[in-house]
Amino acid sequence: MIRVQAEPFDMGAELTRFTGSVSGAGAVVSFCGLVRDVASGDLDRMVIEHYPGMTEKALAGIADQARARWSLAGVFVLHRYGEMRPGELIMMVATASRHRADAFAAAEFLMDYLKSRAPFWKQEITADGGQWVAAKDEDEAALRRW
Amino acid sequence: MDLRYFAWLRERIGTGHEKVETEATTVAELIEELKRRDEAYAFAFSDLTAIRAAVDQDLVELDAPITGAREVAFFPPMTGG
Repeated sequence: MIRVQAEPFDMGAELTRFTGSVSGAGAVVSFCGLVRDVASGDLDRMVIEHYPGMTEKALAGIADQARARWSLAGVFVLHRYGEMRPGELIMMVATASRHRADAFAAAEFLMDYLKSRAPFWKQEITADGGQWVAAKDEDEAALRRW
Repeated sequence: MDLRYFAWLRERIGTGHEKVETEATTVAELIEELKRRDEAYAFAFSDLTAIRAAVDQDLVELDAPITGAREVAFFPPMTGG
């Protein structure tokens, strides 16, 4: 299941709902990403732009790849767009499987692919104005291990 | 054909959406055509290593065909997660 929304979300409630929705699972792995402050410590907010339509299509494609590679009882990806403050949740993924190895591997795979293959762009806003976050070479390199 | 621009590419070009008539057959040819328009496009597309493209909402390489496409999008490398 894929969800793209501007509103904040409750990680605990989402995880409880996801865990209750999968059958035959013995393991659930989850990850969440938070708005991190900038090095200078004066981040006012983060603004995430996305490409409506392609975003859902890309995330569904990445989830399908994970389901094809591992034996999964369920996959959940939630990603926000719009404005958020330091410390707020940006996104989460959760995977469920019969045994934990599949759920752990699939969650890492989802995160590696989502970072550089789903159409989201982060902008950090400080007193000096807006700065687009640059993609890191290591994010692209992380895809090669899969 | 609908063109979409995102993030700093959108800012440099000054719009997120426009319609164009083009004879270009690949993404790269379309970029060359756009760069010839004016300085804003030439600047936006000056470093092709920083440009990603999608044809009908699928990520593609810059040599991908665009014949028959409804929508082509340009944007910088993605930074989700």
